[in-house]
Amino acid sequence: MREVAVVGIGLTEFGEKWDTSFRNLFVEAGAKALEDAGMSGDQIDEIFVGNMSGGRFVLQEHIGALIADFAGLTKNHIPSTRVEAACASGGLAFRQAYTTVASGIQDIVIAGGVEKMTDVGGSETTDALAGAADREWEGLVGATFPGLYAMIATDYMNRYGLTREQLAMVAVKNHYNGARNPMAQYRKEITVEDVLRSTLVADPLRLLDCSPVTDGAAAVILCPLEMAREFTDTPVKILASSQASDTIALHDRRDFSTLDATVAAGRRAFKQASLTPKDIGMVEVHDCFTIAELCAIEDLGFCAKGQAGKLTEDGQTALGGSIPVNTSGGLKSCGHPVGATGIKQVCEIVEQLRGEAVGRQVDAEIGMTHNVGGTGATVVCNILGV
Amino acid sequence: MSVPRYWRKQLNRYNLKGSKCETCGRHFFPPRGLCPECRRDGKIVDCEFSGNGTVRTFSIIRTASSDYDIQTPYPLAIIELDEGTCMTAQVICEPEEIHIGMKVKRVFRRIIAEGNGGVIVYGTKFVPA
Repeated sequence: MREVAVVGIGLTEFGEKWDTSFRNLFVEAGAKALEDAGMSGDQIDEIFVGNMSGGRFVLQEHIGALIADFAGLTKNHIPSTRVEAACASGGLAFRQAYTTVASGIQDIVIAGGVEKMTDVGGSETTDALAGAADREWEGLVGATFPGLYAMIATDYMNRYGLTREQLAMVAVKNHYNGARNPMAQYRKEITVEDVLRSTLVADPLRLLDCSPVTDGAAAVILCPLEMAREFTDTPVKILASSQASDTIALHDRRDFSTLDATVAAGRRAFKQASLTPKDIGMVEVHDCFTIAELCAIEDLGFCAKGQAGKLTEDGQTALGGSIPVNTSGGLKSCGHPVGATGIKQVCEIVEQLRGEAVGRQVDAEIGMTHNVGGTGATVVCNILGV
Repeated sequence: MSVPRYWRKQLNRYNLKGSKCETCGRHFFPPRGLCPECRRDGKIVDCEFSGNGTVRTFSIIRTASSDYDIQTPYPLAIIELDEGTCMTAQVICEPEEIHIGMKVKRVFRRIIAEGNGGVIVYGTKFVPA
């Protein structure tokens, strides 16, 4: 296995992009990543693109080829593959790119993610996202995606005494960070009162506990570490990349408040990097709902089970805390174009490790990403360092 | 969704018919054709559940897809059946009434009606026991 580095990153602004199409979103992110790496498109050997539901959101399948075509990369007929694991599609694309380079099959690979969610109405979006869980035995009996995470929250609050205010503090912290991220969908601070006054979506979760519907794309360029200096003075090394699976339905889990796939992927990543949670300086976790961030912090081993609410209340997960979580604003404030999220997390870590995260910079040499598909049926973790 | 897709699982949806593994004794609802513990060594047979269970966790769904508009808000729960497996289902009760540990029993109910003149889907919901 070869050592692999990230040598270029590119992000579109996240938000409701009425004037931008699905394909143009990806092309913008890809072009920025190439620009960042000072590279020509002709140098790219392969593309992996994470996308959850082009078929539902823009009625488009065959996304690998579409992206290669409009990125101007069909001239050399390089392979281009769309990968899908619901909200973890981006993380999966990154891991595919990593294994492709690490194994020596290809040298320069672009891993991207894209989702265009606002071309359909709210009810259709809700229904498409419910496909991340078990359509037959969850969706069809009336479970919405927020409803499933709400049932995790009910179980968690009952067992660990988490308060509604502590849950709100996750959203408040992420909006504080997002307000300092020029690419974020919601660059606006909020208060605990704002969260508690927002509309109930699925008890106990309110609107401001939920990540929004977002258009956006992200791309990163990977190459062998030994080649990285040809493209950048600040390569970021991939120390680990891991993936784990679990039951598709929440009701089949061993423990509703623990994502066993997060535990497994986290342990594998720490083992591969020969590190422990104490070595991690910052982490981008999958906060599709506020409760998901708390579960992630615990399941990755940053604190004991049931303690993440207190950790958040004490400011330890904020900028300047002992383990800054979601410095990008997370899915909550930066936005959640589902297929792009796992790549955006990597972009944030790279920006931070290069010292380019103006206004929200943390002091870290090692960062971690955690990307979840569904309610925890797929988890991808990556550890990056300089 | 297509009519055959509803029809195919109607015995499971209407009568809470699931499956069990005779090798290890585990029950499955929704039914599985392969035991995750015993895999090919398992012997899967059909079984019908008693329909009695306990609420393990719940939510009140206040925003749902348009198929569920007329029912919203509705309590949704993960119910542990007495046979030891868990399933997701709606509970017919007041939102403030549902709680963890609540004993429930199954009933046959309409799940959704697809617009005017569309398919009416029936299945299992639960009521307080």
